Amino acid sequence: MPPKAYPKESRALLEARPEVRESVTKAALHFHNNRERAYGEVPVEAWRDFAAQTKEHVLSRLDRYLEQAEARLREKGVFVHFAEGPEDAHRILGEIVRKEGVRLAVKAKSMLTEELGVNAFLASQGVEVWETDLGEFIIQLAEEPPSHIVGPAIHKSLEEIRALFAEHLGTPKDASPEELAAAARRFLREKFLKADLGISGGNFLVAESGTLVLVENEGNIRLSTSLPRVHVAFVGIEKLLPRFEDLSVFLQLLARAATGQPIGTFVSLIEGPRRPGEPDGPEVLHVVFVDNGRTAALADERAHVVLRCIRCGACLNACPVYRQTGGHPYGFVYSGPIGEVLAPALLGPKDAYPLYHASTLCGACAEVCPVRIPIPKLLLYWRERAAREGLLLPFEKSLVRAYAEAMVRPSAYRLASKAMRLFPGVLKSETLPLVRAWTRLRAGLEPSPRPFHELWEEIKDEG
Amino acid sequence: MFRFVNISPGVTFRIRNSAAIMRVSCAYNRDDEFLKALGGAMKVALFATCLLDQFFAGAGVATVRLLRSLGVEVDFPKAQTCCGQPAFNAGHWDEARRMARHTMAVFEGYDYVVLPSGSCGSMLKVHYPELFEGLGKEYRRAVDLSERTYELSQFIVRVLGVEKLGDGLEGRALAYHHGCHALRELGVEKEPILLLENAGARIVPWEADRECCGFGGVFSVKLPHVSVAMADRKIDTLPEAEALVSTDAGCLLHLAGRMKRRGKPIPIRHLAELLWEARNAA
Repeated sequence: MPPKAYPKESRALLEARPEVRESVTKAALHFHNNRERAYGEVPVEAWRDFAAQTKEHVLSRLDRYLEQAEARLREKGVFVHFAEGPEDAHRILGEIVRKEGVRLAVKAKSMLTEELGVNAFLASQGVEVWETDLGEFIIQLAEEPPSHIVGPAIHKSLEEIRALFAEHLGTPKDASPEELAAAARRFLREKFLKADLGISGGNFLVAESGTLVLVENEGNIRLSTSLPRVHVAFVGIEKLLPRFEDLSVFLQLLARAATGQPIGTFVSLIEGPRRPGEPDGPEVLHVVFVDNGRTAALADERAHVVLRCIRCGACLNACPVYRQTGGHPYGFVYSGPIGEVLAPALLGPKDAYPLYHASTLCGACAEVCPVRIPIPKLLLYWRERAAREGLLLPFEKSLVRAYAEAMVRPSAYRLASKAMRLFPGVLKSETLPLVRAWTRLRAGLEPSPRPFHELWEEIKDEG
Repeated sequence: MFRFVNISPGVTFRIRNSAAIMRVSCAYNRDDEFLKALGGAMKVALFATCLLDQFFAGAGVATVRLLRSLGVEVDFPKAQTCCGQPAFNAGHWDEARRMARHTMAVFEGYDYVVLPSGSCGSMLKVHYPELFEGLGKEYRRAVDLSERTYELSQFIVRVLGVEKLGDGLEGRALAYHHGCHALRELGVEKEPILLLENAGARIVPWEADRECCGFGGVFSVKLPHVSVAMADRKIDTLPEAEALVSTDAGCLLHLAGRMKRRGKPIPIRHLAELLWEARNAA
């Protein structure tokens, strides 16, 4: 479903499956509290400044850093491709699949491959593909998209996972989490050993050294990128870092922001395919730089800052709107606050409508963002553009005009104030369109018996 | 533009510069005489805000009496209406600018504009300058108003330098909701708590006290189901308290409306009313 279904989908989810709200809230707050603690252990404000400035610097010279990264990668024997969108990416991947005779692929968790629809494409090419991140594996079995950038199965309760594994892997109906993980491991180990192709994303790519950096906790990425004969990494063009030493901050900041860990359990620094004499690693390594709307976003003077994002998910965990539903109702690969501003930047404000309205502008996201993306400011920017470009209902525009018209005339304001008290039923109506949106779920509004501006007349001369 | 005040012989300072006030005045006891000299020298306007005007009129009265008791001569410019935040937040910036221009004209010439609200306060203080960015003269006017704008508790603590209003809240157990814009845009965090606690109130620990209540203005009617789910999280974690307090009328209306609909309301009180009780009960 598209983003425009958000109002309907979020409501349906809250009404039909309240347990999702519970799972998501619990898991997101767990991440959130861990991040809070982990930020407190280091000079995080200085790190955030550094990370924001470094990303901003890369974005301002992206063309140069891309050329540098491409040259370094080629020197190391890596095949480098550039994909403008999903079609390009599919074509490139399709050629690799045919050339290498790929039958079975294992995948490391990657949001970019979700953007590109890689799994569906591979299936259409007759390639069996398995997600190897435990969360991704769960939602692959459930045939669902990820609900969170870092914890894709955050919306699933233990009971649901038990049922899913019992059905697909034959585990006991009361299996412990450890037994479930062991079953997944057994199942996936065989796939790792048989796979011809490993697919990954990329957390960072260092331009000066041509180093592909992957961060994880389960070890599945290391297996996916070293066991199969061929490794294809899809990397967003905004993932570049200038210098190797920048990783010292970014690796720590990413882990602290995402899960509150000092650093990811496994950090893979990949610099080319297996060299002679090395015991493991792929024979062939492809890096596919993907644009998919990023250059257009970069050209937008205000909105481009969204490309600083390092996909930590901290803003989702901090977001009280996200926590009510998880990511599915957003109808976009990225959900929560960052999804609300990435969607219009990548898809355009029309196709992303009304995601950037799914916020109270509470600011909890900007408070935690490791690269200081001013998300509320961006939400306002997209809302303003949507209104200016006529993407809102004409009815809303006339309503706002009438309201502004009244508010620049104190006499009209006071008249409205009187009218409200003459017809007290209006604000409690359960049938009037706009009022009903309030009263259906909350008690009707009760104005003070007399407005303050009338009371002022009585107290203005008090001592 | 700046006026100079003699607080006591030999000490003169600039009213506009509250940092200077804090520095110069820390040596002085904030007795009534001092406050009268300080407050009497300022031209202070109350921006009641439309929500408070309509739904918390008593809090408006409390604000006026409280400020007067602190020596501040407070005026209520009658042409004030709405700051335009709902239009601004929904993206209708042309309409928001019309309302902002009106508001800027209404509050021209006052040394301070005090709002018993964090949300509308941040509209004036943070967003008016954004709204007129690149518009030269109007931008400067917006910045000028921004610099003169304070949320009530912040005005009391930072500008007047008062941290204790009285003992009127002795033994009261209160839950305090930090409105998002007060907290994150204006940095109103310690001030309300300080004033309530110094008056004898106990602020009960509340795990969700800094989370959004789900109101969000137009958000509450555009996405009502998500909005009340957010309110429910606040309500479900609310500890036992005799009242729920906040500096923002919007949040209070939303939480009260939802609590009432669910059938387990606890009283809601605007911060201004409690601060006046803190001062007045003595």
